Amino acid sequence: MSISRRALLGTAAAAGLSSHARAQAPTIKFGVLTDMSGPYQNVAGPGATIAAQMAMAEFKAAGFNVEVVSADHQNKPDVGVGIVRQWFDRDGVDVILEVANSAVTLAVQGVAKEKNKVFLASGAASSDVTGAACNANTIHWVYDTFMLAKSTGGAMVKAGGDSWFFLTADYAFGHALERDVGNFVKDAGGKVMGAVRTPFPGTTDFSAFLLQAQASGAKVLGLANAGTDTINSIKQAREFGIKMRLAGLLVFLSDVHSLGLEICQGLALTESFYWDLNPATRAFSDRFIAKAPGKRPTMVQAGTYSSALHYLKIASAMGPAQAKLDGAATVARLKATPTDDECFGKGSIRIDGRKIHPSYLFEVKKPSESKGAWDYYKLIGTTPAEDAFRPLNAGNCPLVKA
Amino acid sequence: MFGFTRQQGIAFLVMFAAVVIAPFFLYPVFLMKVLCFALFACAYNLLIGYVGLGSFGHAAFFGMGGYIAAYTAKKWGFNPEIAIITGAGAGAVLGAVFGWLSIRRQGIYFAMITLALSQMVYFFCNQAPFTGGEDGIQQVPRGNLFGLISLQSDMTMYVVVSVVFLFGFLLIHRIVHSPFGQVLKAIRENEPRATSLGYRTNDYKLIVFILSAGIAGLAGGTKSLVFGIATLTDVANAMSGEVILMTLLGGMGTIFGPVLGAIMIGSIENYLAQLGAWFAVTQGVIFVLCIMFFRRGLLGELAARLKLSL
Repeated sequence: MSISRRALLGTAAAAGLSSHARAQAPTIKFGVLTDMSGPYQNVAGPGATIAAQMAMAEFKAAGFNVEVVSADHQNKPDVGVGIVRQWFDRDGVDVILEVANSAVTLAVQGVAKEKNKVFLASGAASSDVTGAACNANTIHWVYDTFMLAKSTGGAMVKAGGDSWFFLTADYAFGHALERDVGNFVKDAGGKVMGAVRTPFPGTTDFSAFLLQAQASGAKVLGLANAGTDTINSIKQAREFGIKMRLAGLLVFLSDVHSLGLEICQGLALTESFYWDLNPATRAFSDRFIAKAPGKRPTMVQAGTYSSALHYLKIASAMGPAQAKLDGAATVARLKATPTDDECFGKGSIRIDGRKIHPSYLFEVKKPSESKGAWDYYKLIGTTPAEDAFRPLNAGNCPLVKA
Repeated sequence: MFGFTRQQGIAFLVMFAAVVIAPFFLYPVFLMKVLCFALFACAYNLLIGYVGLGSFGHAAFFGMGGYIAAYTAKKWGFNPEIAIITGAGAGAVLGAVFGWLSIRRQGIYFAMITLALSQMVYFFCNQAPFTGGEDGIQQVPRGNLFGLISLQSDMTMYVVVSVVFLFGFLLIHRIVHSPFGQVLKAIRENEPRATSLGYRTNDYKLIVFILSAGIAGLAGGTKSLVFGIATLTDVANAMSGEVILMTLLGGMGTIFGPVLGAIMIGSIENYLAQLGAWFAVTQGVIFVLCIMFFRRGLLGELAARLKLSL
């Protein structure tokens, strides 16, 4: 079943809903929980709230009210859980959107299940969200570590980068990235020449590690780290004139924007959305930049829009009162319906809550190649939707066996 | 009873009434968080306010108490009361190790040793398999109290948390106003003199350090059951800083001050979350104002003005 926005608007108009009738109609309430003041504020942050409001605006005339509230989880899981519980118990929020932080996401997942509400995660990286921790109330929209590892590891080897050395942040997340990417590199016929572990958190000087990487003779330097570690290691690799190709495993458009092309040029990275990918993404991004002057949407912000839009389509098909009633039942409907929007094109949602779409391997342009503001990426590889994510039965998600 | 003066008795009754009435007006989960932090701050105050030992590593006990309580409740299926007590025990054991090493030095050296040790605990929690690294221990069940009463409802949980808080608060009050507590204050005022009077000051300092760490572990364990999570936030350096702020803002060396400090910090964190980036700025401004105008902390200043001992 597919419902177009136009058809819905048409139906609503034909039904002759006056504004008075709408005021008494049920309200769908979104809660955008995100990082407004910390390391993810540019990846998600206020832009995610704007994205949710854009989805809301498209359903203005659909016969029910949509509201968006937002809050800052400060990257503290207990603060996030406190806000979400209050939203569910007191403020009548139906759907939690975004939540850029894996620890907070996993915690919110539990609350969404307990209260039988809906959680559409966008910013979290952990593939556990649809693995061991999956539940019937959660959908993971944009990307996960498995997708990043597969695209950057596998597609990079095909594009010629067949020998790797890893700069790995010394904690579980870094180890997992290094292991996963290494496996894909080997599967694709490449080889891993070695790895060096950098203490986490708190490493600011990567020079010794970078020289060790250079000495290995590998063609690609895989950055199995995140946030400030990634930014520092990219900057220092440039300063030291490291001749290897850099592959960032968790780098976003907003990071490239703040570092600048001079430093980032040649960096390979994976995203599932880029504003300049095709006419549809450009149309969306033009509407976004009108709301957020000077900013192009990141994939997390696009995911917030896309997930909110899909929910609203289903909610208006089911009837909003019905959609609010039972979170798990609504999520089952969301999974059963194919997705279609400007940002990610046609896609689907698996039983384990994984949203499926292609992933793209990009290379950051040289300053001379860039035609203007935000013109940063060129596409060097695409992984089709069905291959982009972890196979359904490999994630240990309890919903899959059931 | 408990060695309250008349004013303290009245203040305690006011606080008790507030604890009973508050959940009918305010959100219980928020109140539980504040109570856990209040207990944590009281435990810290026992050390800095009454013995003059400024520890920079108290998050280690709070966080480890949280991890142990969460782990035993989730993986071993402990009842909540046993899990919380185990958490307190973990805090106390860790406190014994920290204390044994750190009380040999004073002032800034003492602070630096506790800071270094707590950083070691942080890195341990970041790497150890049982803590779940940066994802933490998630979805910890609240379980059934004594195996009978389900704590799933926030109100039932609130009753448990407030009992834990009041127990801890009265315990601290009793410690401070006992002969043992008198010796502690003597050590704070003049340690060589206390030694010359025949007190083995290091024994006293070690015991109070363990008590403080144990109560911090109690608070951490309770918090992890309330939220169903134990994460790195609670062992991180910033948490040690936060408890210092709570104690200083409320009033160091007053028995009710840390509670007030915890209420303030908790409210700021909760109600300013909607402000986005302005959150940190507002918090900073409030701190600067408090430090400029209430050097002894809010309650300390009030008590000094009214010549009360609170």
